[in-house]
Amino acid sequence: MLEIKNLRATVGGQEILRGLDLVVKPGEVHAIMGPNGSGKSTLANTLAGRENYEVSGGQVLYDGKDLLAMSPEQRAGEGVFLAFQYPVEIPGVGNAYFLRAALNAVRKYRGIEELDAIDFLTLVRKKMKLVDMDEGFLSRSVNEGFSGGEKKRNEILQMAVLEPRLAILDETDSGLDIDALRIVSAGVNALRSPDRAIVLITHYQRLLNYIVPDFVHVLSAGRIVKSGDKELAHELEQAGYAGFEEPPGDGTPVDVRAVQYRGA
Amino acid sequence: MQDTEPLATDSETATLQELTSKEYKYGFVTDIEADAVPRGLSEAIVREISARKQEPEFMLEWRLQAFRHWLTMTEPTWPNVQYPPIDYQDIVYYSAPKSKKDGPKSLDEVDPELLKTFEKLGVPLHERARLAGVAVDAVFDSVSVATTFKEKLAEKGVIFCSFSEALREHPDLVQKYLGSVVPYSDNFFAALNSAVFSDGSFCFIPKGVRCPMELSTYFRINAIDTGQFERTLIVAEEGAHVSYLEGCTAPMRDTNQLHAAVVELVALSGAEIKYSTVQNWYPGDAQGKGGIYNFVTKRGKCAGARSKISWTQVETGSAITWKYPSVILQGDDSIGEFYSVALTNNYQQADTGTKMVHIGRNTRSTIISKGISAGHGQNTYRGQVKILKSAEGARNYSQCDSLLMGERCGAHTFPYIEVKNPTAKVEHEASTSKIAEDQLFYCKQRGIREEDAVSMIVNGFCKEVFRKLPMEFAVEAQKLLGVSLEGAVG
Repeated sequence: MLEIKNLRATVGGQEILRGLDLVVKPGEVHAIMGPNGSGKSTLANTLAGRENYEVSGGQVLYDGKDLLAMSPEQRAGEGVFLAFQYPVEIPGVGNAYFLRAALNAVRKYRGIEELDAIDFLTLVRKKMKLVDMDEGFLSRSVNEGFSGGEKKRNEILQMAVLEPRLAILDETDSGLDIDALRIVSAGVNALRSPDRAIVLITHYQRLLNYIVPDFVHVLSAGRIVKSGDKELAHELEQAGYAGFEEPPGDGTPVDVRAVQYRGA
Repeated sequence: MQDTEPLATDSETATLQELTSKEYKYGFVTDIEADAVPRGLSEAIVREISARKQEPEFMLEWRLQAFRHWLTMTEPTWPNVQYPPIDYQDIVYYSAPKSKKDGPKSLDEVDPELLKTFEKLGVPLHERARLAGVAVDAVFDSVSVATTFKEKLAEKGVIFCSFSEALREHPDLVQKYLGSVVPYSDNFFAALNSAVFSDGSFCFIPKGVRCPMELSTYFRINAIDTGQFERTLIVAEEGAHVSYLEGCTAPMRDTNQLHAAVVELVALSGAEIKYSTVQNWYPGDAQGKGGIYNFVTKRGKCAGARSKISWTQVETGSAITWKYPSVILQGDDSIGEFYSVALTNNYQQADTGTKMVHIGRNTRSTIISKGISAGHGQNTYRGQVKILKSAEGARNYSQCDSLLMGERCGAHTFPYIEVKNPTAKVEHEASTSKIAEDQLFYCKQRGIREEDAVSMIVNGFCKEVFRKLPMEFAVEAQKLLGVSLEGAVG
């Protein structure tokens, strides 16, 4: 479904991703872990097509199509969803209005009939149960005045409504207390399905106790330096990222491509 | 006081340019024979206008006083706008579409070309009007062509007609209130208007009557080089209620047209007037050529206790806007409100705001101003809150928010506050923001196209004001903003 080959990306003139490879198949959950500055969020934003994240090399195929050639809204239409690390506030725009506009935009893209207000409300009420949100959320402005936990739950609600095929969750666990983490994780788990892939980007192993990944990758200095199963996350918990810090010199560390594809 | 220049990335600017290139939809010209007076302004022209309109003597006298006073005045230079000097002798001050001698008796008699124009504008003059419950007094160039619903209103004693008709049928009422809020000596443009005003709307709601429908006037400037000088006078007697809608458009011309209107509102004890404007005058082209100069004096007087006047305006048009819908809060416990959305795109300039003058005790005023600048647009909020010594317990709340799109526009805020009574409470809040890249990206990542995202974000920004508009107008205003901003992403 997703095939990233030797991806290089720069932000503000600085190369952050330096030849990243990753293969994700439908139904799989991949966790991407790594220290601060290793390029985790850059990967997420580059895949979503954010401005100022410039691809300087490599290729990303999504269902065989060139993902990098698509606009952000096309990618969304194709089923790529990014749960933001810092969900954005849009004052004066109601949550329900926003969500319906988004849903109808992607439905239109996919050639499905748009939903009217009543059908939409029925759908969204059902989805809200997944993340334990009450109706009051719908009339509030998008993320405005939301607590950290509410914002993240709102991201998962959007994911549930938009039903992406590839969901990238960028540090969805950051800033969550244990209860919120449980709710958010339960929501994500409910959305796991054989034809949906999920990429979890996280700094901590904690999230992986709740959302158990099929694969764990360690990102360091803009490339994946180690891949494994969920045990790898536990190892990292013990040993930390010390062994994976950016090496000094020319940025060409150990060749780990051999392990990268293990299981992928 | 704040004065902000925005920042934007190059790609944002590029998209902005693309998005702001939307063309003006109402730029068609109606081919109708017009009956105009010669170019230029003199005492003779003033007399000519008055004579053609067969006005009573007091009206001519008033016009002449205004004209003589105008000659002693100079054009104001304090607004934060730039334009080449206006040649007041190069304007045609009166232009009426030629029609049957005694004017149309019903819609059937109205020039079909003219009706088609209104049709294109979407003015609900016929059946649609009835369904929508709107009584329209349509001002075409200078003469009011058709007034609907007159009978239904008459049953309640409501007078809603063109200014000319009011002068014929209700001269005493006109004489009593004309100039009582905006005297002819008030300012340069008000004096000019008082001398040469050609038509406008008159509205009178008698004591205790709640006007059964929303009243609406649609203004449109058609003839080339015609200045449109209308005069609107609305009087609500004790306990009366009225909601009045004003919509404006003008065809595309590459010369500038002057529009200097005066609106006076009078609210007696317990009366309430709600005045809503959606102004969509031709703003000039993308290079800043042509467009309307909209120099307007709008003022209401809460003459009686517990009266209320509320101005809501959505300004998306005009090359230059200069207007400050104001309220004089004379009656005790009276309320003044000003809700405004002003958008400037391309080379538009707006210097707009309000004045709230607190005279009575416990008078309250609210000002919510939303300025949106895109392209090279310059948007200035200028507001004055004046609390006189007599205004015991007066309160004001002002909020001015500016939204910037792109790197070449500007937002400016000039609040003037003058408090002479120590019990008064005055609050002022101001903010300047930019449509953030992260907001746009967030929307796009959810599948929403950039244009729709901008429109959504801007509408969200303006929500507090749109909520104050009557339903149909709110929808129109939202669409208008979308159209005016198409391409204007920053």
